[in-house]
Amino acid sequence: MYDFAYHKPTSVADAVKILSADPDARPISGGQTLLPALKHRLNKPTAVVDLSGIAELKGIRRDGDKLIIGALAKHHEVAENAEVKAAIPALAQMAGTIGDTQVRNRGTIGGSVSNNDPAADYPAAVLGLGATVVTDKRRIAADDFFQGMFTTALEPGELLVAIEFPIPEKAGYAKMRNPASRYVMAGAFVAKTKSGVRVAINGAGPCVFRQADMEKALTANWSPDAVAGIQQSADGLNGDIHGSAEYRAHLVTVMAKRALANAG
Amino acid sequence: MPQVTLTVNGTSHTVEVEGRTLLVELLRENLRLTGTHIGCDTSQCGACVVHVNGDSVKSCTMLALQADGAEVTTIEGLAKPDGTLHPMQEAFREYHALQCGFCTPGMVMSAIDLVQKHPQGLSEKEIREGLEGNLCRCTGYHNIVKAIAAAQEVMHGRRAELAPAAE
Amino acid sequence: MNVVTPFEGIGASVKRKEDLRFLSGRGQYTDDINRPRQTYAYILRSPHAHAAIRGIDLAAARAMPGVVAIFTGEDMKGIGGLPCGWQIHNKDGSPMAEPPHPVLAQGKVRHVGDSVAVVIAETKAQARDAAEAILVDYDVLPAAATMEAALATGAPQVHDGVAGNICYDWHIGDPAVNAAAFQSAHKVVEFELVNNRLIPNAMEPRAAVGDYDPTTGDYTLYTTSQNPHVIRLLMGAFVLQLPEHKLRVVAPDVGGGFGSKIFHYAEEAIVTWAAGKIARPVKWTADRTESFITDAHGRDHVTKARLALDANGKFLALHVQTLANMGAYLSTFATSVPTYLYATLLAGVYTTPTVYAEVKAVFTNTTPVDAYRGAGRPEATFLLERLVDVAAREMGMDRVEIRRRNFIPNDAFPYQTPVALQYDSGDYVATLEQALESSGWASFEQRRAEAKARGKLRGIGISTYLEACGIAPSAVVGALGARAGLYEVGTIRVHPTGSVTVLTGTHSHGQGHETTLAQLVTDRLGVPLAQVDIVHGDTAKIPFGMGTYGSRSLAVGGSAMVKAMDKIVAKARKIAAHLMEASVEDVEFDRGTFRVAGTDKTKSWGEICLTAYVPHNYPIEEIEPGLDETAFYDPKNFTYPGGCHICEVEIDPETGKVDVVNFTAVDDVGRVINPMIVEGQVQGGVAQGIGQALLETAVYDEAGQLLSASFMDYQMPRAEDLPPVSVATHTTLCTHNPLGVKGCGEVGAIGSPPAVINAVVDALQDYGVRHIEMPATPAKIWNIINAGHKLAAE
Repeated sequence: MYDFAYHKPTSVADAVKILSADPDARPISGGQTLLPALKHRLNKPTAVVDLSGIAELKGIRRDGDKLIIGALAKHHEVAENAEVKAAIPALAQMAGTIGDTQVRNRGTIGGSVSNNDPAADYPAAVLGLGATVVTDKRRIAADDFFQGMFTTALEPGELLVAIEFPIPEKAGYAKMRNPASRYVMAGAFVAKTKSGVRVAINGAGPCVFRQADMEKALTANWSPDAVAGIQQSADGLNGDIHGSAEYRAHLVTVMAKRALANAG
Repeated sequence: MPQVTLTVNGTSHTVEVEGRTLLVELLRENLRLTGTHIGCDTSQCGACVVHVNGDSVKSCTMLALQADGAEVTTIEGLAKPDGTLHPMQEAFREYHALQCGFCTPGMVMSAIDLVQKHPQGLSEKEIREGLEGNLCRCTGYHNIVKAIAAAQEVMHGRRAELAPAAE
Repeated sequence: MNVVTPFEGIGASVKRKEDLRFLSGRGQYTDDINRPRQTYAYILRSPHAHAAIRGIDLAAARAMPGVVAIFTGEDMKGIGGLPCGWQIHNKDGSPMAEPPHPVLAQGKVRHVGDSVAVVIAETKAQARDAAEAILVDYDVLPAAATMEAALATGAPQVHDGVAGNICYDWHIGDPAVNAAAFQSAHKVVEFELVNNRLIPNAMEPRAAVGDYDPTTGDYTLYTTSQNPHVIRLLMGAFVLQLPEHKLRVVAPDVGGGFGSKIFHYAEEAIVTWAAGKIARPVKWTADRTESFITDAHGRDHVTKARLALDANGKFLALHVQTLANMGAYLSTFATSVPTYLYATLLAGVYTTPTVYAEVKAVFTNTTPVDAYRGAGRPEATFLLERLVDVAAREMGMDRVEIRRRNFIPNDAFPYQTPVALQYDSGDYVATLEQALESSGWASFEQRRAEAKARGKLRGIGISTYLEACGIAPSAVVGALGARAGLYEVGTIRVHPTGSVTVLTGTHSHGQGHETTLAQLVTDRLGVPLAQVDIVHGDTAKIPFGMGTYGSRSLAVGGSAMVKAMDKIVAKARKIAAHLMEASVEDVEFDRGTFRVAGTDKTKSWGEICLTAYVPHNYPIEEIEPGLDETAFYDPKNFTYPGGCHICEVEIDPETGKVDVVNFTAVDDVGRVINPMIVEGQVQGGVAQGIGQALLETAVYDEAGQLLSASFMDYQMPRAEDLPPVSVATHTTLCTHNPLGVKGCGEVGAIGSPPAVINAVVDALQDYGVRHIEMPATPAKIWNIINAGHKLAAE
């Protein structure tokens, strides 16, 4: 790791001030993605801004038909939170399978969503549920938020504050893990929401994406059988030593079926 | 240099560190608590697991400064002052759940957290899943799983003493 | 002296003496050692698989904060290269190609990770910071990243003067007899397979601390080694030219080895030499990424085989042609692995009358390959046990029956194989029967049907295997090219009050020697386990030793201890005879008590020990005071553990994921000293075997970059990847060592991979699969199933 200055502000305003003043400063919450990257000297921040002391970023609460999760909510908190379990059990279940126990004890939803790793879990829930990303400046719809591999609509210095999840009628998630890293090889988050059926696919491509054919089929018939015959095109999907794009395309259908079975 | 103040195994320490100093480096290099090991650089092997405020974390993936004000427990802090082992340490010995011993401190710390978070008890499958953040190259995990299954009975007060391993 | 409970001796599952320190965080591994005024080394490594070094600019790096010294190959020009410990000869009798293996690159780098320069600084971070400021001007050359690429016409030359990148072209067996046997065959089964390349990944990364005292000229090296005396010999005599009395090598607690810590590595020489140069201690610890590209890898064979059978399924002849990857340089024992540790095993447990094997060893621009748990024997076993299954299928025979028909019968021992070895004992039917019984082999089809109803493909596989370990005798291995003896050393130091310190030349890095070896003493001398300490891993304390590998510690090291204890008992009986005024011939000794035969005259162990050191009433004319004996034991033969492994798998046809649902191992490891430890060794070995079969593989791209260079891409077995492993033993005694022991460290890794793959192939029987290369990953299985579906649809 290269050395850096360390700041621990206690308000969003202070954090944004530091981050805006120094384009090479990086925010850190759980650090489960940032620190391994820094250890390999993959980037060289001048300063690290620890967000963990900012009360505004904390908390999980239900507000009518929405579940609002603060950016600093750790994966294990989401997994075990009674409100989450009651409102969106698929989200709690997903949170309980991210990384490993120790990652879940440190990693946060804000960090994961801001990072937008193609093989991360949370982006599938955010996109699949049609959530709204709340930042210190604005509100961004999930459909506009995830823009490409490790790329989001967040501007430099802009901080993710919370995520508002509409509570769905039904939702389910299933994934195949990369056998080595245990990140997502292919996953599917399916949801029946007030605004319609949504299917988000993670792991398989360079960025989480919606599967329109499946959404259409499920709108007509919400069941695993409805997606069983839908083949995901392998074009543009990831291929590596763990599996080809064709294999991942196949897994998309399998995981969608299983996500539906989980959703009930 | 910035300072960090934290309590390790019940003793308060104030240490000067760099911004980049990891918690595991503070433990091993500054406090000379070398029971916590480093086995990888991708946050996967779990040899460095310690408890921070009661939760198991990978001390190689946490800045020392992030532990400011925290209560940290390492493998050195588990046994009672009179040398009585924690039931998990005792179970690892009874069930031959260690060979080279390198993954053992992290494995024990993870196992304790796992059991503490599941007062209703864990099945063999749940124990295996719960060890996903720890790698062992020696044992094939067979005896680690058995040790944890036995230790949880003592830790949750369902047995007064550890069930002996079958001959 | 306390009365000894019989439960601490041979056969008792006593808890391990070493556990308390490991469980308390008090183990002392190499990276835990810190010396006063210590500096830290960071090694700048080649990012290229093959490149010429045009120049190295150190100016900026030298100016970096905390830098103490920087050395490159230029500074180490006069230093010897890393030696290879086993010389193989070609078919024509000429010696193998043995190109130099410089400690720091001399003008050229030959694999990603090759060491180019070492930076020594006040802190580890400063050393790394400065290393990044070194400018190396590389002329990148085409790389021979695979054996296929290295053997192609016009391939890049890994070493000048090694034509065609062939290290050696060796053979064993009689080609004429072999060819003739194929003429009379009813059927010839032809088969090709790969033994996949593995990365050992002991959980403790390698580390080394060099120390030098300029006032005495004494060097000390603390290192993560399985054999400190071997390192002292190789590094002292061949690399740094340091005499043994000025070089101490300490291998303290070592966090797993599995073979990868046998070898003498460049970093050991670098820190020792550099400590002398700067007269300060130098510490180096690998990070995991460095381990992936610098620890010697394992396996990596490509093999073609032909098996001739008669109409009854009896094996008539076996012909094997293997290409073995050496990597970029010859690691310490690399050359012996695909020859004397591989081809000599190709008879397996079968009566095949003629075996002829040809092995070509190939240089490539990859990390060196050497012994990894099993070393050569897993490769041979995977080939044989897959081949036998394929033969059974193609002969229309039952998989178990074909094995039974070809087993070496119990009355054939000692059995001379056509490939040099003479097996002393075994009972292959017994281990087979026991494994069939406890695995529920007979009722498997019910489980297959039940799984099918759940949409899963279930399969069962078997492997009946044998290995050779406790490698030996020195004269024989010397004749075959070994440049070392393979004996072991044990000192039994009895103290005046009767407690015992054992100095052993073997080394424990997880095996539990501090317990098992102490049990030998308790059993023989009657001293309670708590009063026996085992000391290992320090050349300053132990007379000599060859270390631990090849499942040799008990068979060879334990036998040395028995010899030394014989001397102790012989001397103690003389003292007892003197005290009891009897003739020595009449003095009996049994676990702590000396007795004049047929009388009630006795002397205790404690009395004799005290007398030996306080010799007031003592046969001083006849024997010296003291009770301290050393023995060197040179084995008469290898030992031959073997057994039967049965694996049951279930495949999810939608994802291709294979789950091992049952694993049964019944092994004959000779006499069992500590059943608990034996079970643990087998379970761990099986885990590595399952890892090889289903999860692990090293993958290089065409440019020689290692793609599976971290735990993110190299799948280590996790708890949930593995089943509970049922372990049992069936004992036949080794006939040529005093303990009757055979060894248990490698059986798990040797017997298991073919059992797993045989099970996977069995599960996929409806898809017309003949073979699946390891590891049988989900993607690979899905490809087979998907192709099968397409075939069915057409």
